[in-house]
Amino acid sequence: MKVLLQNLTKIFPSRNKKDKGAEVIAVNDFNLEIPDGKLVGLLGPSGCGKSTTLYMISGLQSPTSGKIFFGDDDVTKLTPENRGIGLVFQNYALYPHLTVQQNILFPLQNLKGENRLSKEEMLKRAHEVAKLVQIDEYMNRKPAELSGGQQQRVAIARALVKMPRILLLDEPLSNLDARLRLQTREEIRRIQRDTQITTIFVTHDQEEAMSISDYIVVMKLGVIMQTGKPQWVYDDPANLFVAKFLGTPPINLFSGKVENGKLYIGDEQVLDTNGVEDQEVYVGIRPEGFVIDKTGKLTCSISGIDVMGRDVSVVSTNSNSLNPVVRSIIASEEMSNISGNTVKFNLKENKVFIFNKETESRVYFGEQLKAHEAMVAEMEEEGQSYVTHHGSLPREADDVHKEFEVEEKKGVIDKIKGLFSKKKKDAEIKDEAPVPAVDEVKTSTAEEKDEAPKEEPAAADEKNEAFPVDEVNASPKDSANSKPTVKKKTTVTVVAKKSSNNSSKIKSTTANATSVNITSTTAKKPNEVKKIDSEG
Amino acid sequence: MDKKRNQWTAWLYLLPAIVLLAIFTVWPIINTIRMAMLEGYNLDDEMGGMAFSFGFSNFKKVIEYPTFTNRLGTTMLLTVLTVPISTLLALVIAVLLNSIKFVKKIFQTIFFLPYVTNSIAIGMVFAAMFAMLNPLAGGGEYVSIGLMNTILQAFGISPVNWINLNAPYSAQIAVMTIYIVWNALPFKILILLGGLQGVNKQYYEAAKVDGTSKWRTFWRITVPMLSPMIAYVVITGFIGGFKEYSSILGVFGDSMGANNHDVDTIVGFIYQNIAGNSSNQGRASAAALILFAIIFAVTMVNMYVSKKKVHY
Repeated sequence: MKVLLQNLTKIFPSRNKKDKGAEVIAVNDFNLEIPDGKLVGLLGPSGCGKSTTLYMISGLQSPTSGKIFFGDDDVTKLTPENRGIGLVFQNYALYPHLTVQQNILFPLQNLKGENRLSKEEMLKRAHEVAKLVQIDEYMNRKPAELSGGQQQRVAIARALVKMPRILLLDEPLSNLDARLRLQTREEIRRIQRDTQITTIFVTHDQEEAMSISDYIVVMKLGVIMQTGKPQWVYDDPANLFVAKFLGTPPINLFSGKVENGKLYIGDEQVLDTNGVEDQEVYVGIRPEGFVIDKTGKLTCSISGIDVMGRDVSVVSTNSNSLNPVVRSIIASEEMSNISGNTVKFNLKENKVFIFNKETESRVYFGEQLKAHEAMVAEMEEEGQSYVTHHGSLPREADDVHKEFEVEEKKGVIDKIKGLFSKKKKDAEIKDEAPVPAVDEVKTSTAEEKDEAPKEEPAAADEKNEAFPVDEVNASPKDSANSKPTVKKKTTVTVVAKKSSNNSSKIKSTTANATSVNITSTTAKKPNEVKKIDSEG
Repeated sequence: MDKKRNQWTAWLYLLPAIVLLAIFTVWPIINTIRMAMLEGYNLDDEMGGMAFSFGFSNFKKVIEYPTFTNRLGTTMLLTVLTVPISTLLALVIAVLLNSIKFVKKIFQTIFFLPYVTNSIAIGMVFAAMFAMLNPLAGGGEYVSIGLMNTILQAFGISPVNWINLNAPYSAQIAVMTIYIVWNALPFKILILLGGLQGVNKQYYEAAKVDGTSKWRTFWRITVPMLSPMIAYVVITGFIGGFKEYSSILGVFGDSMGANNHDVDTIVGFIYQNIAGNSSNQGRASAAALILFAIIFAVTMVNMYVSKKKVHY
């Protein structure tokens, strides 16, 4: 059964009726098509609306607006029992007073009229499903007498026994220990393959999603950041968030710039990026994208080497790195190329992603665009819609961004100086701050600080306030690594207006991609608002 | 050495509690057994007040007392009637209360009011509600003054003599059942509502996804999930039921029934034997021990059943 979500939006009203601003947009204009018989993982950090999306598909929560289709049926208004779904809860919700068999029989015993099966048929069905999930030995046990993994399988059996059109799993592995998790995710994959039921599951664990999904949907703050086959999304992230969210060890981020068709990290020219406009960029390099070479372009100082058997992880530092350390994975044979405290790397072009600093969207260079277009074409052929989100979301709410504060810590003393002198003489700041990247952002903050609030349109305001939870999450860290009274977090945010439907989104994506530099096109769009904000 | 000293310290800390318990709990129990076993301790006995030996004559006298079986029967009847009715009603009310959001707190307060009201005061109100004038006083005519009979008459039903002189046993039992059920509800609702709020909502969501009917959800999910609370409420209900006394006193006053002790209970019997001029402590003690034995036996049965039925 194909599942189609159209402009799905869920807004939780604010507790305080007078304070309209406190309402939470959990899912924001969600458009997605899930092809028949596939296993799809909704992936994102906590609070990104993935569970809400799942519960809206199940019918336990009703969307504020938008439509849900199963096949050609509009099920938006249907109650959960009429949708033909099987739902597995995060903590399984097995009835503790019933045996495994009674638990599995429970949904069948609810059937009425002509759908009602005879007792023998019910038992037969229950045993078939139990066999499928391999718990037929434990039919007479109570849930409390089973291990976590077995309980999980009973829950799946109970969801499957009424032969649902769609199977929904809410964080199916989060209650299991590490070993059982590996085992169970294989089980889920096998059961899904055997039954061919369209399955949607929710997880915050990228490894889990990558390993078993046919497709993953990466979400952030209620918005789809990117969809696609796990490997594709990993190999071709559409924006900075996706690049950072996927991959262990995580991607290495550098502050860099494109000048005259060359990519620079610091003063080092690391790659050719012919055809890309000059701009400030974030450079993301996958750990496997480094090649040790005595004549390499990127110089780092080694701070440690982790031996992992086949591979070696070289931990080093670079002054332009936005992470505390640069972690590269190289084959152990290449170890001989390392001598002394510094190491020089060449970069694999297909493992290096550059993102515009303001929009955080991907900037394609070299062969990357062709690969990207081929991927999108293949996906659409398979009936899976390719959805991406360009432009960044409010930065305060993004905990992944906290990494950037490490960088800012270095310049904190200069910033204090800057803040003190800011009110008096804006011009002086430029001279005092040593790190160029930070300096420029800060300057803009200082200059526009007073005017900025007036320019803020209402839409931008709402977006910021829509995710209070994440803001709270972010704040302890803020206070932890900042000196009191220091306003150090500088935010540059571009809020894109919602595109009204799915197709236009895809079109605009393609349009952006063709012109190679997404940033430039995005910035020219009239309906996008640049917002500059300074917060502590 | 150290261990020994520690033990003494422990006993020292326990001492206040032990002394109080010994004086006010342990000794009375022992003394009750002693008094029940003493022969000739009661004023009514042949050799009144002259305790001379131990024996079981007090128990014999209690059982052979003309109205004792009556009182035992009334006690049991009231218990058996009120416990299931009040438990079931409390369960229904608790479920309904739990399912509403608006004005929930107000209803909770209303249902809890009887719990903090004096049972004698409630008894007097009930007496007024079910009252009816003596038929002999009004020239052979029944003249209804109570609320209940007024309502009955409004529906064209002839008034019933609930609690006044010559009232039938069944009518009196009916009044007492209503009274006791109403009085027992708040505590039970409180316990069951607390239990309901502890039930994981996901069980209901799972049931909803599976299309479970409301009725089936109630019996197959709510009741089993609440079974520990239900067991608690039933067991305490039985114990309370067997000790019923003040409610009857509240409605009927000293006479404990419309027709001289005809709805009296065991506790009423115990009280009668030690109150006022009668000084039959031996007999009262024996009756108390008999009551204890009954409650103990019933509780054991309750525990046995709940062990099999209650899901923890």
